[in-house]
Amino acid sequence: MNKLIKNIYQSIGLPRLIIFAFFILVVFAAGFYNMDVLSLMSNVLRRWGMYGILVLAMVPSIQCGNGPNFGVSLGIVCGLFGSLVSIELDIANLSIFADNKHLGAWMSLLFAVVLSALIAWFVGMGYGVLLNRVKGSEMTVSTYVGFSVIAFMNILWVTLPFTNGDIKWPIGGEGARNTITLANSFSEVLNNTASIGNQDTGLFVPTGLLLFFFLFCFIIYLFLKSKTGIAMSAAGANPNFAKASGINVNKMRIIGTALSTSLGAVGIITYAQAFGFLQMYNAPLMMGFSCVAAVLIGGASTTRARISHVIIGTFLFQGLLVVALPVANSVLTGTDLSDIIRMIVSNGIILYALTKAKGGAANEE
Amino acid sequence: MKNNFFTYTKKQCSDLIKGIYSNKVVLMFLILCIFGISTTGKPLTYTISEVFSRFSRNTFLVLALIIPVLAGLGLNFGIVVGAMAAQIAIFFVVYWGLSGVSGLLLCILLSTPIAILFGYLTGALYNKTKGAEMISGMVLAYFADGLYYLLFLFILGGVIPINNETLMISGGVGVKNTIDLTGNLKYSLDNISMLILVRTILTLYFIVSFANLWVRKNKEGRTIQIIKLVLIPITFGITFIPMVSQFMGTDRLLLLDAITIACVIAIIYAVVKLISIRFIQKDKDTDINRLISILIVAVISYGLTYIPAIYDITLAVYLPVCTYAAIILLCGFNRWLLSTRLGQNMRTVGQSRTVANSAGINVNKTRIIAMCLSTVLASWGQIIYLQNLGTFSTYGAHTMVGQYAIAALLVGGASVQKANNKHAILGVILFHTLFVVAPLSASNLFGSALIGEYFRVFICYGVIALSLAMHAWKTLKKPEVAKGDK
Repeated sequence: MNKLIKNIYQSIGLPRLIIFAFFILVVFAAGFYNMDVLSLMSNVLRRWGMYGILVLAMVPSIQCGNGPNFGVSLGIVCGLFGSLVSIELDIANLSIFADNKHLGAWMSLLFAVVLSALIAWFVGMGYGVLLNRVKGSEMTVSTYVGFSVIAFMNILWVTLPFTNGDIKWPIGGEGARNTITLANSFSEVLNNTASIGNQDTGLFVPTGLLLFFFLFCFIIYLFLKSKTGIAMSAAGANPNFAKASGINVNKMRIIGTALSTSLGAVGIITYAQAFGFLQMYNAPLMMGFSCVAAVLIGGASTTRARISHVIIGTFLFQGLLVVALPVANSVLTGTDLSDIIRMIVSNGIILYALTKAKGGAANEE
Repeated sequence: MKNNFFTYTKKQCSDLIKGIYSNKVVLMFLILCIFGISTTGKPLTYTISEVFSRFSRNTFLVLALIIPVLAGLGLNFGIVVGAMAAQIAIFFVVYWGLSGVSGLLLCILLSTPIAILFGYLTGALYNKTKGAEMISGMVLAYFADGLYYLLFLFILGGVIPINNETLMISGGVGVKNTIDLTGNLKYSLDNISMLILVRTILTLYFIVSFANLWVRKNKEGRTIQIIKLVLIPITFGITFIPMVSQFMGTDRLLLLDAITIACVIAIIYAVVKLISIRFIQKDKDTDINRLISILIVAVISYGLTYIPAIYDITLAVYLPVCTYAAIILLCGFNRWLLSTRLGQNMRTVGQSRTVANSAGINVNKTRIIAMCLSTVLASWGQIIYLQNLGTFSTYGAHTMVGQYAIAALLVGGASVQKANNKHAILGVILFHTLFVVAPLSASNLFGSALIGEYFRVFICYGVIALSLAMHAWKTLKKPEVAKGDK
């Protein structure tokens, strides 16, 4: 019996236990302070779907042996670019969709998703070639590649010649706006598809968003079970053994990175449509860190990750942030602790995972 | 003899050119800087005086990065933690209302133990994540940022009662966004006059050499030491001559004077050395080419100040003496450390932990000491930075410290495994020149300062990414070669 408890404890892990306990505590505290728990819960569900695919992007990267993809910003900027093109072409308001706004919004979303996933695939392949050259310090390199890509795209956002009124500044100003509204294109189109409940009162379940998230989870699950997927996981788990079995390790790593980058692109579009705005410039700079933290909270390590880790991790991490904010604010009036909690929890969990990484992604001599 | 010197010069020059050519990053930045300077549309004096003031502000922080590289810890992204220690100290010093030199001393006194503690913790973390120190350092910086926010926004005022309306947000919990250091700590180091500096250094040097003479009772070189002991009070006396003390009473040194003094000192040093080697020791074998080249370089650089364009620049730039003295002292410290047992241990650990371990060096302890040193130096560097800047932005002053310092070091030609004072100094000059000119030239060329702003951030991140990738690439190639050797 004792051994069984120990086994369960080990499989769950201390940090998850602490965070789960904290989450439960915060939910009870929210009830105690007479907060609208239902609206908090709908918020948790919304954020779950919103961040889900971005976190899912970590799985192929970890499985193929690259460690958590801190450079997911590469995919994010591709996603932003695809969305900008979709807005610029004004697909949602084309004359063929004049009598069905909803279909137009869907089409503009799908256009953005397909276009940016394609671009991200090719970008990711190049990025994978780079990461193959720097085996052993992928995490360090990818962090800075991510940062520099954001900075580079900042220059492009300023200089690209957009003509759509939603993207340009209304008067003067250069390049794209800081936040671009999606009200005229695909804002909340997934959230409102087959949604249950009312947004203003009671529980609101963004069914479309969650289904979209689970659909991608399922696709990745199928991919990981396919021949290529298994080969990729093998290449990540033990490169030498994989090589001996006739697997092209470098090719598998490139596939994993490209897949991760594409998922990052799709992820940011899902995020933006749930948020209602595209956040340009430096907004996605630290997004990679939150995603890494979420998948690690879900139980992944820097060398192994499963789909279940993504689903659990995103729920716990985002749930904690959503519920902790109003609770913290009512306990300590006047102090906005949510961002601080996010920083401490997300970076703390990454540090914990790094100390636990024996060998593997951490390059031992 | 002449022929001999000629070949020496030729070799040095070709080494220099080869060095620049092999170091593409430096070359690229040199070209970028020259291009930037020529397109600013502002007078050269503006750019150069701006670069000098940034140099005095930032170099100490960059130099703090060298020790961890030596100990094989890579680029220490964790110096942010040291900067936080300094900022905690500065907050309390401002709160207690101290100012000037006493405030500065208290800052240093307070920040050092905090920085040692932080350095110890960072070192312990790095020991747990061997091989992934850099990514740990980066994440640690963000993690510590969270704790720092917690301290400044919630604990100060919330848990520790602080009654000060100018420092705290109305309501009493949390510190305001910016703290003005004018009137308390601003220029507290820059404004220390040369006179005090020289007298303090002389006194310390006197005590040290006296103790040296007292403790080591060996007869060798005793006369030289006694001469030293006599010379120091004489120099001390010279500072009391009205003319000298008037000149040295100022705290800012004109660049022209600084060059003149440096040239005179270099010439005296070279001549004295030459005479002692050739005529007192009658040593024919010692290589004197280096001394001759010092002489020539000193004379040429003094001569250059007579060119009108350069003359104008040298008259426009004032250097804060004490800050530069601190930078020079730290350079000396970094060099001196290498000659000690500890420095050699660090070097061994940096080259191979396995070898160091079998040689009986306590690897973990050495790494922790290196981290403590680096963190303490970083905290002093941050104090120098903030006292020069004059405004302390409570939540933003430390965030970019690590990245800018590391980018500067890398621009100077350092890598993850190799860094020295030269890299740091060259890097700071190039990086900050680019920082000054990028927005100016961009607004001049494209009509948009924003592009330059983003360009310099891109350069900062890009250069770090590039050199990390190059390093990883090289280390990946190396094991294959090493295997062949074994």
